[in-house]
Amino acid sequence: MSTIDHFENKNTPLIDGKEEYTITVYAENRIGLLNRIAIIFSKRKINIESLNTSPSEIEGIHRFNIVIHEGYEVVRKLARQIEKQIEVLKVYFNTNDEIIWQELALYKVSTDEIAEKVTVERLLRQYGASAVVIRKDYTVFAVTGHKEETDALITALEPYELIEFVRSARVAIIKDSAGFHEKLKEFEAIEPGEELVENEFLEKGEKIFTM
Amino acid sequence: METAQETLQTIGAKAETSTKIFKGTGSQVLLNGLIEEGVHTVFGYPGGAIMPIYDALYDYADKLKHILVRHEQGGIHAAQGFARASGEVGVVFATSGPGATNLVTGLADAQIDSTPLVCITGQVFAHLLGTDAFQETDVINITTPVTKWNYQVTDANEIQEVLAKAFHIAKSGRPGPVLIDITKNAQLQIEEFPAYVKCNHIRSYRPKPKVRIEYIEEAAALINSAKKPFILFGQGVVLGKAEEEFKAFINKTGIPAAWTIMGEGAIPTAHPLNVGMLGMHGNYGPNVLTNEADVIIAIGMRFDDRVTGRLDKYAKQAKIIHLDIDPAEIDKNVKADVGVWGDCKETLPLLTNLANENKHEDWLAKFRDYNQQEIDQVITPELYPTGDEMTMGEVLRNINEICGGDAVIVTDVGQHQMVACRYAKFNNTRSNITSGGLGTMGFGLPAAIGAKYGAPDKTVIAIIGDGGFQMTPQELGTIMQFGAAVKILILNNRFLGMVRQWQQLFHDKRYSFVNITSPDFVALAKAYYIEADKVDERANLRKALETMINHEGSYLLEIMVGRENNVFPMVPQGCSVSEIRLK
Repeated sequence: MSTIDHFENKNTPLIDGKEEYTITVYAENRIGLLNRIAIIFSKRKINIESLNTSPSEIEGIHRFNIVIHEGYEVVRKLARQIEKQIEVLKVYFNTNDEIIWQELALYKVSTDEIAEKVTVERLLRQYGASAVVIRKDYTVFAVTGHKEETDALITALEPYELIEFVRSARVAIIKDSAGFHEKLKEFEAIEPGEELVENEFLEKGEKIFTM
Repeated sequence: METAQETLQTIGAKAETSTKIFKGTGSQVLLNGLIEEGVHTVFGYPGGAIMPIYDALYDYADKLKHILVRHEQGGIHAAQGFARASGEVGVVFATSGPGATNLVTGLADAQIDSTPLVCITGQVFAHLLGTDAFQETDVINITTPVTKWNYQVTDANEIQEVLAKAFHIAKSGRPGPVLIDITKNAQLQIEEFPAYVKCNHIRSYRPKPKVRIEYIEEAAALINSAKKPFILFGQGVVLGKAEEEFKAFINKTGIPAAWTIMGEGAIPTAHPLNVGMLGMHGNYGPNVLTNEADVIIAIGMRFDDRVTGRLDKYAKQAKIIHLDIDPAEIDKNVKADVGVWGDCKETLPLLTNLANENKHEDWLAKFRDYNQQEIDQVITPELYPTGDEMTMGEVLRNINEICGGDAVIVTDVGQHQMVACRYAKFNNTRSNITSGGLGTMGFGLPAAIGAKYGAPDKTVIAIIGDGGFQMTPQELGTIMQFGAAVKILILNNRFLGMVRQWQQLFHDKRYSFVNITSPDFVALAKAYYIEADKVDERANLRKALETMINHEGSYLLEIMVGRENNVFPMVPQGCSVSEIRLK
């Protein structure tokens, strides 16, 4: 429900002109690069809401997903600064309606409590949760979804002694992305085609991948 | 241990038929790599963690000139001066720990002023990393925000590739400083190395794009329709080695061009379309007319706050064309109507081709009108003062008259810097060397030493204030030992003048800790066996300057100037460029 609210918010004026942006960084997997990227944010006193690093679809190319709450202009400048780093191949930044994303949350609750006071079955169904571990002393549930959804289960479990909670960083896929393989070939070429140079200033490109 | 030459000789015979194999230490292969990259001068200071490299250097004295500085900060500023004067990459050696941390100011300066440097720091043995070993410091993380790239080498087999990458990164695209941290074990490690291969491609790094002609066409259309076009150029023209292309562009289009202090000298001061300096202490016309121009063409400059003044009142009426090699600069501070991403060595000729031949006589006349007002109210009193006190401006006028604009002028930071940039005459590019973006006091003396090695045939004059000189005076020792014929001019107003000026104008003349005393500079220079003199009256000024400039070796001249002179014009902080004050 809250997810829907969020999408509705997109069409109403933004508070301070800020909204959630997911920055996707394709980069070489190199020690120290995370720091080099992180200081671009901290230098400007911008908080990173969520950060995930993972392999990408291409071997050897790493992918960062960084979520921040900022205005378009700020995000655009940040993206340019990140892309400027030597080991970074490409940076995209998207609003929530341009991506598919998930976060994973784990909940540890007392098995006694949960067995006595709620039906596990109802929880599983209502929140799309799955029981990862069921022991005599505790049970661990897992939910995959948006922050609003995983937050809702916290609220639901609060009366039943939530022992431990953890949520992963956001992982996101860009809806319009056609994959990075073709682009990488261009990067590897010493004389790249014109397409490598995305049209950043004329803003003619509609798709995320203008090449 | 075998010396490198011996190793080369013994291996060389075998190597002729197959791929060249060099057997030696990581240190030797590093020095070989530097020579392959065309390096002939290195500034540095030894220490524990870099001793193997210095040991190897012992055998390379005929190929690599090493200048022993007196402090690593002096070393890196010297390398900056060298790079700025020569257009080559400056190279610095320093040891781990304090040696490396002493480089940080210079790295920050080189980063913000886009100066190509390769810094080599020693590091503790790899197995000691993270143990808080003697002189261990996390130099990679300390220098990450102030380097274009950095890398820690822990295995000698990485050295050649990393060094080749370092040079490619430092000098290509928008240049900048690179730091390589090499652990001591890698310096000592003996291996068989392949032949050195220069780097010209890194897949994740695009130093410059293929120029898109549609941007050029849009820019040309704007320029051709402009009634009051105005060019703002920065160091990009110099870094791109595009001075001739730039001249061709302005000569054809007839557009007045003003410079940022980093761009000064890209075209001669006397060029008829050179209308002067931009920014806080720039010239009257260029600042006022920024807010009258209909098309502004910014070339290799980054709209620094000292150039733009108050941004929301900056050139709002103008269409902006921004040529830059760094896409992060386009739309950063000032929104461009047309952003031309590319190397100006390539984009300028394309633009010149499409631009119409033109003359903007009426528009240029406006610049001349403002210039005349500035001459009457500011420049003439500064260059030809009638009072008893000497002015910094008249010192510069005398230097211009003696050197004719052919000297390399290196400045420190403060009032003298603004006066020097405003009034020094330049015939040649790479002649104005100053700490622009970072404003590093203490830059002047060491940078001038480096500049002399970078431009040995030129007269190099370091113009420094009494405050800034006291930040790096130890480099007199470097001059003493290696004989760089630097002319040191101390303009002594017995104040930290620029701060004093602000305290006078904006803090009710509450002079808080700007009253700085100085040692006997002449005696100090003489203690270092450097000829020196002091002038405190106008009658002796010209002759003293001539003596200094004609002197064979290095020379220090202290000139006592008026205590409370201010630099004008001035765009007060928080004001628009068109609110520039003449007094």
